[in-house]
Amino acid sequence: MTGSFAALAPVIPTPHIEYGQLSPMLLVFGAAIVGVLVEAFAPRSLRRSLHLALTLGSLAGAFVLTIVIATSSTLFAGGSAGHIAAMGAVAVDRPTLFIQGTILVLAFISVLLIAESSHDVSAFAAQAAAVPGSPEEREGLLAGISHTEVYPLTLFAIGGMLLFPASNDLLTMFVALEVLSLPLYLLSGLARRRRLLSQEAAMKYFLLGAFSSAFFLFGIAMLYGFSGSVKLGAIAAAASGNTASSVLLYAGIALIGVGLLFKIGAVPFQSWKPDVYQGSPTPVTALMASCTLVSAFGALLRVFYVAFGQLTWDWRPAMWAVAIVTMLGGAIIAITQTDVKRLLAYSSIAQAGYILTGVIAATTAGLSSSMFYLAAYGIATIGAFAIVTLIRDPGGEAGHLSSWAGLGKRSPLVAGTFAFFLIAFAGIPLTSGFSSKFAVFQAAAASGGLPLVIIGVISSAIIAFPYVRVIVLMFFSEPAPDGPIVVRPSAYTSLAVGVGVLATLVLGFIPEPLLRLAHDAAAQLFVR
Amino acid sequence: MTGSLAATLVRPAMALTTLPAVGAQHAAWLLLAFPAFGAIVLLLGGKRTNAWGHLLGVAMALGAFVVGVLAFVQMLGYPASQRSRDLHLYSWIPVAHFQVSIGLLLDPLSICFVLLITGVGSLIHIYAIGYMSHDPERRRFFGYLNLFITAMLLLVLSDNYVGLYAGWEGVGLASYLLIGFWQYKPSAAVAAKKAFIANRVGDVGLSLAIMAMFATFGSVSFTGVFGAVGGASHGVTTAIGLLLLLGATGKSAQLPLQSWLLDAMEGPTPVSALIHAATMVTAGVYLIVRSAPIFNLAPDARLAVAIVGAVTLLFGAIIGCAKDDIKKALAGSTMSQIGYMMLAAGLGPIGYALAIAHLLAHGFFKAGLFLGAGSIKHSMNDEVDMRRFGGLATVMKITFVTFGFAYLAIIGIPPFSGFFTKDPIIDAAYSRGGVSGALLGTAALLGAGITAFYMTRIMLMTFTGKRRWEDAAHPHEVGPVMTSPMIILAIGSLGAGGFLMISNRLINFLAPVVGTPPLSHGFFTPLSFLSLALVVVGGALAWAMYGRREVPVTAPHGNPITVAARKDLYGDAFNESVLMRPGQWLARLSVFFDNRGVDGLVNTLAATLGGTSGRMRKVQTGFVRSYALSMLVGAVLLIGALLLVRL
Repeated sequence: MTGSFAALAPVIPTPHIEYGQLSPMLLVFGAAIVGVLVEAFAPRSLRRSLHLALTLGSLAGAFVLTIVIATSSTLFAGGSAGHIAAMGAVAVDRPTLFIQGTILVLAFISVLLIAESSHDVSAFAAQAAAVPGSPEEREGLLAGISHTEVYPLTLFAIGGMLLFPASNDLLTMFVALEVLSLPLYLLSGLARRRRLLSQEAAMKYFLLGAFSSAFFLFGIAMLYGFSGSVKLGAIAAAASGNTASSVLLYAGIALIGVGLLFKIGAVPFQSWKPDVYQGSPTPVTALMASCTLVSAFGALLRVFYVAFGQLTWDWRPAMWAVAIVTMLGGAIIAITQTDVKRLLAYSSIAQAGYILTGVIAATTAGLSSSMFYLAAYGIATIGAFAIVTLIRDPGGEAGHLSSWAGLGKRSPLVAGTFAFFLIAFAGIPLTSGFSSKFAVFQAAAASGGLPLVIIGVISSAIIAFPYVRVIVLMFFSEPAPDGPIVVRPSAYTSLAVGVGVLATLVLGFIPEPLLRLAHDAAAQLFVR
Repeated sequence: MTGSLAATLVRPAMALTTLPAVGAQHAAWLLLAFPAFGAIVLLLGGKRTNAWGHLLGVAMALGAFVVGVLAFVQMLGYPASQRSRDLHLYSWIPVAHFQVSIGLLLDPLSICFVLLITGVGSLIHIYAIGYMSHDPERRRFFGYLNLFITAMLLLVLSDNYVGLYAGWEGVGLASYLLIGFWQYKPSAAVAAKKAFIANRVGDVGLSLAIMAMFATFGSVSFTGVFGAVGGASHGVTTAIGLLLLLGATGKSAQLPLQSWLLDAMEGPTPVSALIHAATMVTAGVYLIVRSAPIFNLAPDARLAVAIVGAVTLLFGAIIGCAKDDIKKALAGSTMSQIGYMMLAAGLGPIGYALAIAHLLAHGFFKAGLFLGAGSIKHSMNDEVDMRRFGGLATVMKITFVTFGFAYLAIIGIPPFSGFFTKDPIIDAAYSRGGVSGALLGTAALLGAGITAFYMTRIMLMTFTGKRRWEDAAHPHEVGPVMTSPMIILAIGSLGAGGFLMISNRLINFLAPVVGTPPLSHGFFTPLSFLSLALVVVGGALAWAMYGRREVPVTAPHGNPITVAARKDLYGDAFNESVLMRPGQWLARLSVFFDNRGVDGLVNTLAATLGGTSGRMRKVQTGFVRSYALSMLVGAVLLIGALLLVRL
């Protein structure tokens, strides 16, 4: 059927788009564009609720569509690994669908945090263009307005995140990278409180992001020079048949790697992460720490498994080194952090290192355990950031750890929940942190990465210290006299925290269903 | 002579074969469910459960004990070869090559622990009703105790290493919560943190051992690992054995991870009795004995276990001699006694059962000692300095007698427990033969003498001599809810050792799991007379120093050994200079490189104080440039690494 259409086209072949298979992404992008119209035409009083319905509705709809595609009998008929849609630009296969489904669930929960408005009006600035400290800013704050553009911006970013791991050629991947990054640069500068810090974070993120994009683009050029194509499959074919000089190929791998490792925050490309996580509005930080990480790992997995799949032995040593310094660097530097968001940022860096050990395995077990880890960690980290939004002082969120002292006495439930997330991040058994670490380390050990596993276990022992320091601080210290208040969360935040706790517990006790899903999704690796 | 016998007659444990559990054993999950239910109700129930919380806690511990006894009776009905029963609970991870199921293993080894944990645990629960009666947080305390019982039972009942690890972390968690139970004392918070850190280092060993097992044998279940261990190389079994030993040293407070146990005495005394004397700290011994099939094939790792045990038994005993805090003196003694168990376990098949026998006997007499110390502390206004005790024998008669029974048991006077369980360990160490056997045996023998010294010192300083009480203290005998557990434990101190060891009762019972050691040559050997003589010498020396002379209320300066022992033989100083300082230095260095030294400070300062826009701008440009530079360097290194691989 598809062939005959193409044959009928006279001169320029009409691009053939499989709308059905791309529908989750199309729905999210479509909703984003409608969101812009809402921003332009809907009355201010209605805007927030319209945006919210549109955003949450489109994310839920996209998730349902993802499930429909994943269970479709025609797409995976006859043991097919999947389909390459949109003229070879987008791959639709099971790992991608798993990753996209994960992103959609995590994005839904993050949007709940973004929508929180009961305390302090909202996390976002009234007018981003107003100079911090200026009369305009004060007017906006007093009027109680806040940017509702965050919703369409978030949707654009999520659309890019969905496309990023699905891209089957490097140019599409680059476009997706920019589509997901640009809204995030903006969003991270929109914090209502501590605007200077927020704007500084946005600026840093933008400059360094642009820098890393340049590396990525340069890598594409190198690989194009080597193989004459930007398609991942063609690069793989050229690499496996290659006997001649391959400086272009290896430099290309390294430069593409830099771009992707920057997004996941691996050492030595991690420097943006603490600053940006700290400065951004916390709901945006939660979005970045969960969805962006999943998306970037999805893209990393695809590129290294599909395009460089036959070169495992060549890129493994370098990636080993990156994983080792990431695991150790993140854990060691976390020890001296005094700000809770920076602590969580370094924790996220170390976690990225653990997931890298699964990626490096380059097996189905490596793929499935990495995907499981991403889902489990993503949900827990949103919950942890959600707790951060609740601890407030007159200046906004009380990020400095000294003000968390004695929180366990003032608000045992909130402190206990945060302690639970920290315990999960430390990988204590019967939490998702343990089952996911166990899974990636097992995959790494099974493919000859025992030294990596040893470093990983040591790193997770080191990073337990800062976690336990926070727990000790919360439960064993006297509360400061003018300490922060703990706001009562609205239904949105409560839901995000509740889902995080529940998922962390369930995935610790009964990881089987999700692990099996990831395992089945990874069984045939990516479509080529 | 005996050494060669030991080498030839020993039949090592066979690969584990299990049958499914039926009957009362099929309900063994209740062992975990009862205390878990108690913990959940008490910790989540809040203040509503204050009135009856402690009773629920006791009932759940007793319920688990009853289930344990039923399972034990049923086990005795089976022939020896069919006593290992497996109860599959559910598949934790059942994906393709990655199978981990959660199941319970009921066999002679685990049932010993179940009875000890639930039996002694129930007694200590009952005691705690009285001990914690004035504490407003008593309900939370019982919740933690139930949580501990659940985790400890999971540790000893799991039929695989992952379940064991889950229990291992669980008891650790319960232990920190209980050490830091009196949060308002800063020393308690510090002690909890220290316990966490030492255990963390040990846990690295255990988790690496589990990973290594998975990588080598493709399984983490006991059946899978022990079935395949015969095919593993010597290097692999030795490595796994040493990693397991590292795990054991953390949990069991053995060198070099011993320092946390002395500080752990900050917790309420029932906790010290249950967790830091009778049960949790013996988990390391359980781990070694359970992993017997691995250690049987790793003689070097076994020797390391024995050396750690021997050194710790002397180390702990010396510390015990110098402490004036009664609980800390007893904590030193716990380290020392666990050292005996580790030494026995390190001797291999001739020692595994002896280690367990001493562990069980120790559970009774050490819990008895701690409960006695607790009742003294309870009635003396929380005083723990023995220099402030004296002459308590007449005012606290029951405590004196029960404490005295435990005292006779620990120093090994026949017919009390310790005589039957400690002397065979000394005997077995000598029978190892060679220089190492002589050294290990002599260490154990010397330890017996030192034990007699410090225990007699405690007895004399506490119960005899002039009354050196603070004015506010009015010591009195405690109520029956506290004395009755002490009486039961005293009976155990008297009879447990003989019951377990005479006619090799426990050794035969454990034989299907840990192998059959050679027949022992009776209890009244020349060696045991020598050991008794040393005990008498140690006791007499203590009497000469503390019984005949008056005990000064402020400690005299003492000789260098005493000074060193008071400082835990510089355990903390060692940790600080070897572990902590380089760690801090490394962290500072990395932060320096990461942020050019002041980023964290400046940023947080700026964030907290608002900061000035000018300074922010300056900070901002500088940092992006340096961040970009670090990225560039990273990229160059990455390209270089990839190209180098190709060259």
